[in-house]
Amino acid sequence: MSVTAPIQTGPGEANVDGYHSFRLGEFKFSRDEYFVYVEWPTGKHVMSADAFLRALQRDVAWQFFYGIVNFDGVVGTVNHYGTVDLFAGRYNDVYRKAELDHLENFSTALIKSTFEEMLDDWTNDGFDPFASPTETGSAFGIKRGNNRAAITRHRVTAARMVSMPGDEPLRTNDNGHPINRHFLDVPQDEPVKEAEPGFEAEVNAFNFFAYLSRSQVTWNPSVVSVCGDSLYCPTTEEYILPIIHGNDRVEWFIQLSDELIWQVEDRDTGAALAKVTMRPGDVAAMPADIRHQGYAPKRAMLLVWENADPDLPALISSGQLPSVPIVI
Amino acid sequence: MKTYTTRFGSLADYQKGTIDLIDDDPKRYAFSNIFEVASTSRPYEKVAVGKNRQYVVEAIRAEGTSEWRTAPHDEFALVMDGEVEVRLRKLGPDDIGPTAERGSNALPGTPGGPKMGRVIARRGHMTLLPVGAAYQFHAARPAVILLQTQDGPDTVHKWAEIIQTVG
Repeated sequence: MSVTAPIQTGPGEANVDGYHSFRLGEFKFSRDEYFVYVEWPTGKHVMSADAFLRALQRDVAWQFFYGIVNFDGVVGTVNHYGTVDLFAGRYNDVYRKAELDHLENFSTALIKSTFEEMLDDWTNDGFDPFASPTETGSAFGIKRGNNRAAITRHRVTAARMVSMPGDEPLRTNDNGHPINRHFLDVPQDEPVKEAEPGFEAEVNAFNFFAYLSRSQVTWNPSVVSVCGDSLYCPTTEEYILPIIHGNDRVEWFIQLSDELIWQVEDRDTGAALAKVTMRPGDVAAMPADIRHQGYAPKRAMLLVWENADPDLPALISSGQLPSVPIVI
Repeated sequence: MKTYTTRFGSLADYQKGTIDLIDDDPKRYAFSNIFEVASTSRPYEKVAVGKNRQYVVEAIRAEGTSEWRTAPHDEFALVMDGEVEVRLRKLGPDDIGPTAERGSNALPGTPGGPKMGRVIARRGHMTLLPVGAAYQFHAARPAVILLQTQDGPDTVHKWAEIIQTVG
């Protein structure tokens, strides 16, 4: 079923655990001490509160990202860059065949504001949805305060390159970015820069690995250098990617340190396709017709390379471009 | 307290990952390894290891001194192994400048513009190669650069040689 229903219901009375419920169209979201419940006209679903909040945090912070953000195998969003689909079971073969799936389209502003309110209301003091499980407190229990500082933290989007004058700054102890416990052995030396007078702004370099070693968040690609629509979006990964990302364009991964394991599935059905194990120096494309979820036993540095060309989703979905980057 | 060891790769020490296929074609993932590619490349051969329409990521074996190059857009050089000196100069009025719409091209000699400066970059260091400038790399020992750029006249595409093609 697909309808367009720009209906948003803000919080009313809090439940016995102190949490408010939210409505978007015919979807209803509620939580208690341990779980989040999602209901729609043809079904209902339950997720662990911590997993739901970690997924919700990414969806909000990334402005619904490129393509599909699956919170799990049932619930998620599709970004149409101006509007967003909220779905249940749409990209799950069993739900589709049973005709239990549901999808509604909302303006980006509407769904974003609702998700932001939900994230704010349901994130307790001490729980940071961006942090690795061993670096944060519990998401569970009755309502206790909030963690607004963590859930609204600045997302790095360099205009040219981190460290350029007027662009995103380097990370230091003084600006709240100590070296992460998993990267204490990463060299912090800076490159030697010798600029002739008048060229100080253009002769620039920085320690990219040291910059990443000071990331306080996990699974959060941030723009560090820009060449047209080519965006270097490095990120540090630990534990499990809290969403299953369904591509609407080809995305590339370059493993900078340590090891990641990617479970790759068909984007539309969830059928298993491959397992990709990446080690330092490995490069892999994620085709535009798959979805993937990553696993990192130790905090790892990953360079996510994106092409932000807004025409790509239409060119690929119409068949004018292949879903793979290289045709041999 | 547990001590963690961060593993990076190098020309001398890398271990390529794997694709375990369940129901797919490995070529779709264009899976390669930067150090493996650079280990068999000629010095300063610009081998594409990632391509997304007109944009590429190139693995470059830095060894000795490169030619001077220039591009009509910014490029970014990330040193993945070793040490590389990046020399920067402005183009002079008699220099040919960029010859293609995208990507870099070689210059016949040293550019006539003033020296801008230099960067000495080691593993993990990213250097801006700014539009309007020319650059030259120098590496006393073999090193590896990962270059964020666009598909240009000297970009080498040898995908069949570098990616995993069978499961």
